[in-house]
Formats: sequence, C-alpha cells, structure tokens
Amino acid sequence: MSSTILLSRGRVVDPRNGVDGVRDVLVRDGTIAEVSEAPLEVRDARVVDATGKLVLPGFIDLHVHLREPGEEGKETILTGCMAAVAGGFTAVVAMPNTRPVNDSVLVSEYVKAKAREARLCHVYLAGAITKGLQGEEMAEMGALVGAGCVCITDDGRPVMNAGLMRRALQYAQLFNLPVMVHEEDLTLSGKGVMNEGRTSTRLGLAGIPPSAEVAMVARDMVLLEETKGRLHVAHVSCEGSLRLIREARRRGLNVTAEATPHHFILDDEAVGSYDTHARMNPPLRTRRDIEAVREGLVDGTIDAIATDHAPHGVLEKQVEFDKAWNGVVGLETALGLTLSLVREGVMSLQRAVALLTDGPARAFGLPGGHLAVGAPADITVVEPDAEWTVDSARFFSRSRNTPFHGRRLTGRVAQTWVSGRLVFEDGHIKESR
Amino acid sequence: MRHLLGIEGLRRADIEALLGRAEAHLHGGPDASHVLRGRVIANLFFEDSTRTRTSFEMAAHALGAEVLNWTTAGSSVSKGETLLDTVRNIEATGPVALIIRHRSSGAPHLVARHVRCAVVNAGDGTHEHPSQALLDAFTLRRRWGSLDGRTVLIVGDILHSRVARSNLHCLTTLGAKVVLCGPPTLLPPGLESFGAELTTSLDAVLPRADAVMCLRVQSERQGENFFPSAREFSRLYGLNAARAERLKPEALVMHPGPMNRGVEIAPAVADGSRSVILEQVAHGVAVRRAILEEVCR
Repeated sequence: MSSTILLSRGRVVDPRNGVDGVRDVLVRDGTIAEVSEAPLEVRDARVVDATGKLVLPGFIDLHVHLREPGEEGKETILTGCMAAVAGGFTAVVAMPNTRPVNDSVLVSEYVKAKAREARLCHVYLAGAITKGLQGEEMAEMGALVGAGCVCITDDGRPVMNAGLMRRALQYAQLFNLPVMVHEEDLTLSGKGVMNEGRTSTRLGLAGIPPSAEVAMVARDMVLLEETKGRLHVAHVSCEGSLRLIREARRRGLNVTAEATPHHFILDDEAVGSYDTHARMNPPLRTRRDIEAVREGLVDGTIDAIATDHAPHGVLEKQVEFDKAWNGVVGLETALGLTLSLVREGVMSLQRAVALLTDGPARAFGLPGGHLAVGAPADITVVEPDAEWTVDSARFFSRSRNTPFHGRRLTGRVAQTWVSGRLVFEDGHIKESR
Repeated sequence: MRHLLGIEGLRRADIEALLGRAEAHLHGGPDASHVLRGRVIANLFFEDSTRTRTSFEMAAHALGAEVLNWTTAGSSVSKGETLLDTVRNIEATGPVALIIRHRSSGAPHLVARHVRCAVVNAGDGTHEHPSQALLDAFTLRRRWGSLDGRTVLIVGDILHSRVARSNLHCLTTLGAKVVLCGPPTLLPPGLESFGAELTTSLDAVLPRADAVMCLRVQSERQGENFFPSAREFSRLYGLNAARAERLKPEALVMHPGPMNRGVEIAPAVADGSRSVILEQVAHGVAVRRAILEEVCR
C-alpha cells in the first residue's frame, strides 16, 4: 500500500485548528503532510474521494473496558479494538479493572503487547490508583507511568477513603497524571440498582439517589482545591455534579470531565420492564439530568464524550435485574448517538467533533485529536447522512449488551485511518492492516 | 390474559372479571375439577411462603390439576444454577403454568420472556404481589359491594412492600382512594403519580379510613436505619387498641400476614371485631382459582 494518501474534497472539521470546510488532506508516512483548500495534485498518492463526507480527526475514547486479561469471553483487546475502529475511534484508554487488575508493569506490558498484535488503534493504559482496586494501598504510580499509563483510576469503584484520595491527588502531581474518578459514595448508593425515582418506585427496585454521585464530586472538588491536583470525573450523570464541576472550573481548578452517550440520550424509564441492558453505574437518571449533561457538553463543562464501553455476556445480563452486572457496550453506537444531538440542534457539528477528538486529547494530554501538519494521520471519514439500524448481532464487539439495539441512527463511519493505515472501511476490518 | 405479572396496567374490567369469577368459586358454583384435569401447575417458590403457596396449591387441586411443588431448599439453585436454567428445566416437564415467588423484583417478568407457558407472579421482591391485592379487593368488595369512593389506608413499610404496590394499583383502579402512611424513609418518591395520597401521620388520617391495612415490619429492615427500632415504629405506626378506637365504627382492619403481633398491629385489634384478616386468607383460594382459570385458558 502506498504510504502517501490523498483524502480529496471532504469536509474537514478540525476544531483545534479552527478548520471547517472542503479540504484536501495529504498523508505521508503516517502523519499529516498537508491540508489544502485548493485541490492537490500528488503523483504517487493513493487518492480517496471524500466528496460529501466528513473528514475528522480520529476519535479518542477515554473510557473503555477491553476485558483482557481475564474476561476474554466478553471482549479481547483485538475485538475491542475492532469495535473501536468500526466506531471511528483511533485511540482508546483501557481501564485497569481486568483480572488481574492493571496495577503493575506486568499487566501493562501484557495489554500493550496484545494491542500491538491487534495493530488496529492506539491503546493507552489507565493504571489502578490502589493495589487490586481495593481502595487501601496506592499502586506503584511511577512504575505504571513508566509502563505507559496515561492516567490512574480505580474505575468502577470510588476511592471511599478521603485521606487516600487526597494523597493520590498530591502524589500524581509528581507525574502530572490525571486522576480519573468514578464518583459514588457507597453509603448513599447502598443496595441501589437504578436511579431513585418514580420508575424505581414502580418497579420495586432499590434506588440510587443523585447525592451518591454529587456528594462525592463535592468532596473531590474540595480535595482538588486543597491539593492543586489534576482530576478527571468519569461518566457524569447528574445535574448537581455538573453544577459543582462548572463552578470548580470557573475558579480555575484543574478538573476535566466526560459524559457517555447513554447518559445524554436515555433516562431511567429505559429500564422499562426490568431491561438489564439499561443497568449501568452511574445509573440512567432523569430527563432533567439529560438536559444538564447536554448543557455541560455544549458549554465546555464536559470535555469529552466517552463510551464507558463495558462488555458483558448473557450470564451477566440474562438474569434477575438486581443480580445483573452494570454496563453497556458503546464504541459502535457513539458516533450516531452524538450526531443525533447535532440533528436535534443541541450542539454544532464542530462541538460534537471536538468532544470526540480535541477534548479528550487535551484532557489526558494525548497525541492526535486534530489534523495539523505533522500530527499523526489518525482520521475518521464519516458519511453524515447514512441511515442505519443498530443490530447488536453485527457488532465487532464480542458482547451485545446495548440498550440501543433496533434504534435508527444517522451517520456512519466510512473509513478509519490509524497512523496513515486504513484499518476499517465500509463495514469491514481491513485484513491488510 | 396470558400471564399475571402485576396489577399495574390491568383495566378495571379485567380485575372485575377475575373478582366475579372468584365469587362464583366461593359460592361453590358448578364443579370445576375438570377445568385443568390432567394438567400440571408448577409452584416455584424461591423464597419462603406458607399462605400463598398452599393457597395456590388448593386452588390448582380444586381445578383438577396436579401440582409440582418446588422450593429452593435442596435444589440445584444452591449449586449455582441460573433462574432461567431452573425454570426452563421445569418447563420441559410440561406444566401449563408456573407460579413464581422470588426475592428479586422482576424475576417473573424475566421468566415470562423465556417460557411458553403461563407465568403467575406470587410475589416478586419489593415489586408486586398481585394475587394478594386481588384477594384484598375481593374481601373489601364482599363487605362493601363496591369500592367506589371508599378510603383505604395502608400503613407501614411502603418502600419494601409488594402488597402495598399491588394494592395501590388494584384499589385505585376499582375506584377507591388509597392513602399510604409511614415514616419519610419508607415512602419512596413518585407514589403520588400513581394516584396515592401520602401522609406520615397515622393519627391524622385514621378517622377518614374505611379500612386500614397494616403491613408487616420485616426484621431485616432493622439495622438499616430506616427507623430507630421496632418499638419506636410501633409507637408511631402500630395499630393499637387506642388508635382502633378512633376509627369509624364500621371500618375494617386488614393484614396480609404474617403478622408481628405487638409491632404493627396489637393482638386485640388483629383478633377484634373489625378484623377481616382470616377472611382474606379464606378468600385467597377462590381468587387464585379464578387466576389459574384465566391464565390457563
């Protein structure tokens, strides 16, 4: 394959560089060589006609569970990367709650080796804050950074011990590392399995009040102010949290945040008649919370759309609601759901693209996320008007746990380029990768 | 009606048809022992029950059915079998209906999506207990003729009560006003949207009630800080003799059982002239005959 590629006449939307218009994008040796308003003539280039399509920086997902090592029946690094590139993601951050937990160089090296073997998208690592995610003793942060971890998190579990959290925020500054947090006060969520409200009352399911999240966000804003550390709030689900984060940002605290598509599309009524595909943590909230999350996405309180891609099989999902595991897959539906906000007039296309590219890249200081000359040629080509129906049986992910099965979406990934290599095109993973 | 998973969503006509059929059974009516002759009804009780299980069993026998009684004790559930595997195996033996009691809310709904035979909810977690609500409504209807315009007060642990949820839907649909009473910690949000009136003061609403239903205070709720102690609960929300005095002269007292005598209800009240507690139990069989007939048609 030619190492020179010309993506011609597509609409380039590159928020970081303020580009939105028809451009030719020239890729040489895995990096962006030129972005030109005038058509380019390049002799040795493979020319891809992108007329009528969007040419975007490759999407970056800060929050993905690849399940390997340990739960390969649900997902592997390979299938997770396939799902990522099929969804237009050229980089993902792999959460540490594998078995064993990624709290060591050994596990980090294993994940990196598998990701190299998959050779599809960039896989960045999140290391554990505490050994075994037990919330008791700090993991060797320096070693994890040395092994390539770009953030630390006990994701899926909160750090209940405020003293430990404070120290982690201080110590992580040694490496300028973001500390990513799942905000939940376990004494408030208790035995809860869904949002506390009319639907939990109707179904007789134990509720999780918003305070379970908001109280923890409040605690961490106080700790952040005191330590001057760097905090990333995962999957923000409720209005109260957004108010606190917005205020903290206004006061100049170093806090970033992400929101998931399910939290800006669905409310707790999606649980319907005990649909375990609508069970996740934090839970789906109310219409009002959806509006608050959307407002946060638009006004910059939230930096990134992240999927919290969490594959589970039927053993975890085809069970009693209170016994089901939390989580949904999200890599292959994120683009269509995000674009639905553009179609509804909630946000501009530029903002939507920024939330999938520049925003997450800046939050964790990752390469990519934009298309300036010299940037890695991580590019997602999108057919913006293509309509399709979500069919979980056709996912590249090994798991099918989505509440969006059967939903009509507009906007589909035509091509995904990673470091100048075409890894996904028109529904197929490229074998020549 | 293919399944009976809950009262929520049933129309008044559906409920009245079931109660009418139960009335026929109560009066003896024509011999019904041929209705389900040669058929098998499976009683699947994943949680302990005496009243409900035996009541369904007697109802099935009266309709001529064989009853397969299955309980978790000594079953493959203790070996880690999933709920769906268990019920699919039992379904393979050919029952026409599964009567399910389970500690997880929604368990019968999960089962109903995966089996072909009828599913009857005999109490799921803290969700619904439809046959109990039907027999409660049946008992009130026999006393009053009609529930229209009547006020039924349900007192106690509303949050965790499947009886309260089913009765709220059932009694409201039949035209009664349902008042739910308990401490703020045990009144979950959104109940008003289902037509209930809420109060935390038992003494304030007692004189308005045409019937009072006391709910069992479950021992496992102690220590979860929903209320300080059974003693304090009893003092604030127990139907004692002094409170019973303040009821309308003809007001009825109900309890779905099993009772904690001296906690939510005083023995003198439970056994007093207002009490229809044993009538409720007696009506259970007729109501469950009507349910089985309906779903096995």
